[in-house]
Parts: sequence; structure tokens; C-alpha cells
Amino acid sequence: MSIWVLRGLRDGVVTTRWPAKPDAYADAWRGPVVASTSANPIDPMPLCPTGAISAEPLRVDQGRCILCGRCVAERPDLFAWSQGATGPGAAALTREALIVPEETDEAVKAARARLRERTAALRRSVHVRHVDTGSDGSEEWEIQALLGPVYDIHRLGVFFTASPRHADVLLVTGAGAGGMAGPLRTTYDGMPDPKVVIAVGTDAVSGGLLSESEAVTGGIAAVVPVDVWLPGSPPSPFGILNALLIAVGKLGNGGRGTR
Amino acid sequence: MMITQPTVTALWKELQSRVGAGDRFAGLFATRPEGGALVLSAHVAVKGEGEAGRGIDTLEAPLPPGAASYPALTPRLGAAFWYEREIHDRFGVVPEGHPRLAPLIRAGSVEGHALPRHVAGYGIFTIPHGPVRSGVMESIEYLVETPGEAIPHLNMRVFYKHRGVENRFAGMTAADGVLLAERAEGIASVAHALAFSHAVETIAGCEPPPAAALVRVLHAELERIANHLDVAVKLADAAGLAVATARLALHKERVLRLVSRLCGSRFGRGVVVPGGVSALPRPPPAEILTEVDKLGRAVTGEAAALMATSSFLDRLRGTGPLSPGRAHQHGALGPVGKAAGYADDARLARPYDGYLPLAVPPVRRHAAGDALARLRVRWDEVDQSLGLLRQVTEDLAERSPDLARVTCEPVRGRAVGWAEAPQGEVIYDVTLDAGRIVRCHPRSASFHNLVLMHEVFAGDILTDFPFIEASFGLSVAGVAL
Repeated sequence: MSIWVLRGLRDGVVTTRWPAKPDAYADAWRGPVVASTSANPIDPMPLCPTGAISAEPLRVDQGRCILCGRCVAERPDLFAWSQGATGPGAAALTREALIVPEETDEAVKAARARLRERTAALRRSVHVRHVDTGSDGSEEWEIQALLGPVYDIHRLGVFFTASPRHADVLLVTGAGAGGMAGPLRTTYDGMPDPKVVIAVGTDAVSGGLLSESEAVTGGIAAVVPVDVWLPGSPPSPFGILNALLIAVGKLGNGGRGTR
Repeated sequence: MMITQPTVTALWKELQSRVGAGDRFAGLFATRPEGGALVLSAHVAVKGEGEAGRGIDTLEAPLPPGAASYPALTPRLGAAFWYEREIHDRFGVVPEGHPRLAPLIRAGSVEGHALPRHVAGYGIFTIPHGPVRSGVMESIEYLVETPGEAIPHLNMRVFYKHRGVENRFAGMTAADGVLLAERAEGIASVAHALAFSHAVETIAGCEPPPAAALVRVLHAELERIANHLDVAVKLADAAGLAVATARLALHKERVLRLVSRLCGSRFGRGVVVPGGVSALPRPPPAEILTEVDKLGRAVTGEAAALMATSSFLDRLRGTGPLSPGRAHQHGALGPVGKAAGYADDARLARPYDGYLPLAVPPVRRHAAGDALARLRVRWDEVDQSLGLLRQVTEDLAERSPDLARVTCEPVRGRAVGWAEAPQGEVIYDVTLDAGRIVRCHPRSASFHNLVLMHEVFAGDILTDFPFIEASFGLSVAGVAL
């Protein structure tokens, strides 16, 4: 066993300092696409497999963007990747804010105030429960990464719990598979108030590529009320961490983001 | 090659004789062409020497129009057990003589939370575990029948996260289809995109440029290392080795970060497209080689330390054994098969892309079939992948700038594509018409292998469960497509 004591010291501290200090990997993260102009000289339909682009004015619904990059490759003059996995803009407090960020300031402020009121008691220590409602499996990897040495959410007072009875935050992944609607609802109902729900990934936000499948509800909002919307296919661990901190109001000014 | 038989009985006879002669049963599915009768299609991996024998054959037979049933294949060929249940779920047609026709991928008429009992005896009870499980896991329900410690019977309900992926393919273009294939089983995105693209490229009659073929290998092997490290993390975690868990998780994170440096996605998404790759890697090959070498040293050292930790090995040795006989009979795929002496690696047997010129070194033979052998196979495969990565990056460095892709505009036709995912072989059977997908049937290694978990609990107890589940290394997403 002693070999592990030494091995554990090998690389020194590998844990990110974020949110106290900026993190280069988080800041360089390539997020969902944004339209760089609202002028509309194109027919957006063939450019996007999920129909995330709307014309007049030209907009990208980040909640439907699966980051395939086709629009950026075809029309770099109109579309660009967003930069950075963290910051207040990397996850939204209303579904509309993922579509028209600039026009929903008031609604977002109201949503933030409501969330703050509800989660005032959660700021010291938070327990999280995860439910998969038909993910592709990659979101689970990224959430598991938070427990690893690089992200180490325990340092922020966030813990995963097996029982919904102990949970404050519900992380939901997947497009809302019909078979999971019941178990998701039961889990949600089993959680004590106050509770916060985070839709993790484009699938959970809108259903993504599967939104038209008859086997899914096309996002989890059809089953439980969502408080924080996090796009990405899948979102990065930093994005998930950022969304968690936004959800419980623990994100200070250190959480830098360029969006 | 495509072979059509006049009746289902003739199809089963042909299948049995091929499997008896050494071919491997690789899947069974049904389709209902518009307005026509149901057609049953089986895939068979041909055991052949040299180029001519390589490939996957499709054997088909139509059912009589309006038929509500057909003679089941499962009594003759046990590996068809789940496949026939899936067909029953999708089309309602009854395989006569099937031993247990419970719903598999669609919930159907399962009543509430009834707990089926297969074992009778004093004090036997059923522990329902899932679909919302402790920890961060994919949704699946295990029904463990137990007198307290031993596990005489395990039952699984995999349908909870059925997403209708197969149906969703219909009507898509090949360019959109590859994006959905990447999301069929997200932890094996590259392998699924490859299998899908291979089928599409066969239909279009195009071949990716040499540099693209190498970049495909680069991403596929990085994906393999990440998956095998993930299994090692879960095994070390199950054994309570906190430092080993953290160290292995760190290495896995390094692999994912390397992938994201190459292409922007931590899962290699958007790289593979029909006709090649979307772009060549961003960093120069020499830089990738340096990273691979660093990674290789770290992973190899950690693996050696883990395999010298006796308290860990004791938990794996003899746990969840799959007999070589059963592995062969079922045609077990990937590390699960290799650990039980049955190796049919698509990269060696039916090479594609850069694997043909690279010459994949075969891994050592294992036959114990237990969780320990499965982990040993994974470490061997990691070594093999590191070797391939070095070759690929060196080849890429020597190559003058090359095309990333060729035009691939398939119009009409049908083809089967395959690729070796970390879990084992993935197969896509794609039919296109007028440039759109008419039907696309994905078959993941997870679907083929997971059914074997019913059989490996002989002598094992409840606390062995996490080891056995992790050692299989499968993804539920790929099962309940």
C-alpha cells in the first residue's frame, strides 16, 4: 500500500484554482455557437441539423446547438464559437436567455432574484443528486470528472448523495426518455424544499438531435421545472461546475468568463 | 455480401451451418419495407483468411405477408436471445419458442414495480437496484434475486433510457446521420461515427485520403485509452483505493484534454465525417507525439502499481467468470471476449482506415475470463494503442500536407460498416435512397455483451457486483438505443 502514498504525491497539486483564480483550460473552452451579426442574408435551414438557427434576425438557439460546427465552417462571417466554459453567461436562468440573451435581461434578473431567495440556505454545503433520462453516456463522464482530482468539487462544499431525501440540487442529463419520466418525477418529488434543477447538456435542454424522436419528451422541462439551463454536447466539467455554483448562488466575481 | 433465403427456416439453417463452420453471429434485426412484409436480417462476421474472406455478411429472409409469428432462432442459437426480444418490442411479431419474451428496449406493459422471481426457495428476495442508482450512473435497473449474499439470479431492465435513435435516423442526410451516430453511445463516439461512415463510404464508393485514415486511428485509439482508464477508475473506486482512483482519473482527464486540444471536443466529436475527417489535428504531429509519450509513461507506471496491489487483485481474481466455451458460443466482443480466450478484433480481422498499413500487434492470449483477465486485456490494449499512436503521429509528421477529406455524396444503396469500439465491434447497416437515410440499424458491442452479465455471478456475492459491472465496461446508452 505504501507505493500509493508516494504516487499520490507525484504530480503535486493538480486541482484547478477556479473559481478563486481563472483557469486557462476553462477560458479556452469552445462553447456553443453564436451569431456574430443579426443581419440575415442566408437561408439557415440547411446549415443546422437541429434547426437551432433562426432567420430575421439571425440567431442561434444555444439550447439546441450540438456544437457540430457546420455553420462556423460554412459561414465564418456569420457564426463564431463562444469562448469560455465559465462565467454567468455560460449557463442560463431562463430558456429564452439561451436564444436572445440581450433582450431577456429583465426576466433573467427576476429569475436570479427568485433563485437567490430560494437557495439562500444552501450556500455553505450542497448535496447533489444526478438522474439520467436518456443521455448518450458522455454527460455522466463529465459529471464524474468533478469528483476527480482536477475539479474536486468537495473543496467547494459540494457533495453527491445517493438519496434524493438528502439532495438540494438535481442534475438531469438526457433528452427526457419516456421510460425515465416517472423515475425522474419520483426523484424530484422525493427531494425536500428548497430544491434546484439543472438541465445538463443540449439533450436535457431541448432534446438536441433527438428532439423529434417519439421516444423522448425533447428536454426535461416537460417533466420537472428547470432552474438552470446548461447547453453543450456534452458540456465541459467546468461548465457543469459553473452551473452548479450559479444554481446555489456561490459564484463570486472570480468566476471569469468572456461571454 | 448479401444472401437472401426464401424462408425464415432456411435462413436459420444457413445461419447455424455458418456459425458451426466458425463464422460469428453478429446480430439480428427486422425491417418492414414500406407496404411490404417484415424482413429478418442477420449479420455474420466471416471467419476467413486474407482479403477475400474479410467482412460481414448479411443474411435475409422475408416473413410471409401478414405473419404474426415465426419460429424463434434463440432455441437454436442462444446469442439471439435479446435480438429477438428487441424485434418483438419493435414490431409485435412473436418468435415461437422463445424462452422469455419480456419487454427489452420498450417498456411495453410492465406493471408498476412488480418484482419477477425466477428462483424459488426459503428467504429468497429481490433487490431492485435502479433505474436511479447511487452515484453518477446511466439509468438501468438490476433486479438481484438473493437469499442475502449469493446472487443465484440477476435480471435487467434496460429500457428506461430508450431514445428511439434507430427511428430518428430515417430521413436524415449522411452528413447529419454521422452526428447522430456519435451520440448513439457517447463514450464511443469515434467508433460509432467510423462504423456509420464506413457504410456510407461503401455506398458512395469513396475512400478517405491517407492522412484522414491516420487521423481516424489517432482518435479511435485515444478513445480506447480513455475508456479503459475509465474502467480502471471504477474498479479502483470499488476497491476503495482512493489514491489509485484519483491518479487514474487524472490520467483519464489528461487523455480527454489531449483530445480536446486536437479537435475542440473532449470526445472526438465532429472529427469523423463520411469521406475522411473534418480537419487535420490542430497541433503539429511532433507535439502530439510528445504528449502521447508523456501520457504513456504515466499510464504504464500507474497500471504496473495497480497490478501489484494485492488487496485490489484479490477482489478481481475469480470474480464474474465467463467461461471460454460461453464466450465462443455467444461470440463475446471486445475485452469481455478476449479475456475468455475469444478474440475477434475488427482492427485485425477486418481492418479499415489506417489499421491496414499500420499492422496492429495482437495482444496476449487470456483465458481466465474473470474480472482480472478483463482488466489485463484492457492494459494490453492500452499498450497496443500507445504503440499505434506513436506510429500514427510519426507517419503524420513525415507526410506532406494532405487532404482531410474527399467528396462523399452517396445516393442510393445499402452497406454494412464496422469499427472496433473500446467495448468491442460496432456495426451499422445503412440503406440510402436519393441521398437520404431510409434505414439505419446500429448494433453496439454493449448490446451484444450486456446479456452475458446474467451468467457471470456464479459464486459471487453482492459486494462483487460493482466489480463485475465495471469490468464489463459497457454503456447503457448503446443498449437501449
